[in-house]
Amino acid sequence: MLDAFLTQTIDAYYLRIMIFIGINIILALGLNLITGVTGQLSMGHAGFMSLGAYTSAILSTQLDAPFALALLGGALMAAFFGFLIGIPTLRLEGDYLAMVTIGFAEIIRVFFLNFGPGGKAVGLSGIPQETGFTVVWLLVIAVIFLNRQLLNSRVGRSLYAIRENEIAAEACGVNTTRMKVLAFTVGSLLGGLGGGLYSHYMYYINPQDFGFMKSIELLNMVVLGGLGSIPGTVIGVIILTILPEMLRIVDEYRLLFYGALLVILMIFRPNGLLGDVRVYDIRKWWDKRRVKE
Amino acid sequence: MSILEMTKISQEFGGLRAVDAVSLSVSPQEIFGIIGPNGAGKTTLFNIITGIYQPTEGQLLFQDRRIDGMAPYDIARLGIGRTFQNIRLFSKLSVLDNVRVGRFGVTRSGFWSGLLGLPGGRREEKETKSRSMELLEMVDLTDKRHEYAENLAYGEQRRLEIARALALNPSLLLLDEPGAGMNAGEKEELMAFIRRIRDQLNLTIILVEHDMNLVMNICERIAVLDYGRKIAEGTPTQVKNDERVIQSYLGVGA
Repeated sequence: MLDAFLTQTIDAYYLRIMIFIGINIILALGLNLITGVTGQLSMGHAGFMSLGAYTSAILSTQLDAPFALALLGGALMAAFFGFLIGIPTLRLEGDYLAMVTIGFAEIIRVFFLNFGPGGKAVGLSGIPQETGFTVVWLLVIAVIFLNRQLLNSRVGRSLYAIRENEIAAEACGVNTTRMKVLAFTVGSLLGGLGGGLYSHYMYYINPQDFGFMKSIELLNMVVLGGLGSIPGTVIGVIILTILPEMLRIVDEYRLLFYGALLVILMIFRPNGLLGDVRVYDIRKWWDKRRVKE
Repeated sequence: MSILEMTKISQEFGGLRAVDAVSLSVSPQEIFGIIGPNGAGKTTLFNIITGIYQPTEGQLLFQDRRIDGMAPYDIARLGIGRTFQNIRLFSKLSVLDNVRVGRFGVTRSGFWSGLLGLPGGRREEKETKSRSMELLEMVDLTDKRHEYAENLAYGEQRRLEIARALALNPSLLLLDEPGAGMNAGEKEELMAFIRRIRDQLNLTIILVEHDMNLVMNICERIAVLDYGRKIAEGTPTQVKNDERVIQSYLGVGA
């Protein structure tokens, strides 16, 4: 209903961007949980996205599953694989983990390149377009709310603690491997959910949609906004989804400007836009300013 | 009866024998000191007790329970808290959150409880917060509770680390060079503080320290390590007058 109203009142182009922002927020919040909060550098988030996209698309097109069920199936498939590869790989650290996640995403991509039911290199078309503004943004609100709840809980704090200092976290009684696998599984689930929304918006998907560049794009959003911060991630997504659109004016220099802006932002805000900004800090800064006046 | 019983513990790294058949026995509510020259194996001993290293040989009992081979987080949950020689705080977490993470080992609410905000988890959160505030009060950091841990002064960071370790409700507390980098006045305060928490919380405390004045003043018993071996053990007076200790550590004429 709301969707029908919106399609009539808002320009299709803007509506499309808003839907992409929503999908990207869900994807990026998943990656934020893994990389931003828990500090485990994952460079293969698009792999989980493609698992969700393909699983849900196949459920819809070949089994006529209802949309909700297809989304759930995609998310669970991604979560299952997140869990499966999380167990052996999360004993690795930093660069090594990054390499394994890149490798995993490539394996998934090549798998779908050769996967019959997924249409191989041709891709999968005829996916019903079920994803609309309402569904996406209701899910965004739910995901943000649950994310917030989690991060303010005992378990959420232990995830931050792992990022900050693993040995100290263990000395506080945190089973770090188990918590890392948990973060990885939930993060992958969100990746799969975003993938399902994506495929049911695009009608058509193919393995190239979920390549290494997609993973990097998502990582950029999390890093730019501020690792570990939910509002930061949301802002990072909004900026990096809109920016390429606005840069269409400069045409073929688009990527050049995009890169330059990223470099400039990272020089001036090395912790990301909101990486180390809390309500408390803003209030303190405000009070200090008032005292000066 | 002893709270910690270490029997012929050895630790090898490649060909190096960092700890060589050390046996120790620490009684409940004792303040026990471990001293020795650099590289004598003091911190290694702490890392063995807290499960970071699995000893190559020997047996380790905590409250009559074998803990060698257990994972660090399980050992922490049994009630062994520790601080680190090179401070290991959660720098980008608030002071209060640092202590709250310290409560992890003695609280239970899990993933779903946190995600859905279940009443049991909320109740536990309240308790965690009030207990953490008590501990911050004890170490005099209440006013700084919202600051990032990395923004605290050095001495404050040391105190915060102790508060975080105490959040586990430990019965055994390991302090790795608690007085490092402190001036005489601060050390004086630290000694009073260590005695106070021992009495208030019925703690057993083992500390590694280089400051002889501090160790001799506060410890009831002391073990001296040199090249991974225990060369002496006893009261401060006994240790101070031990020939081998003077030779290898205190220095002739000290």
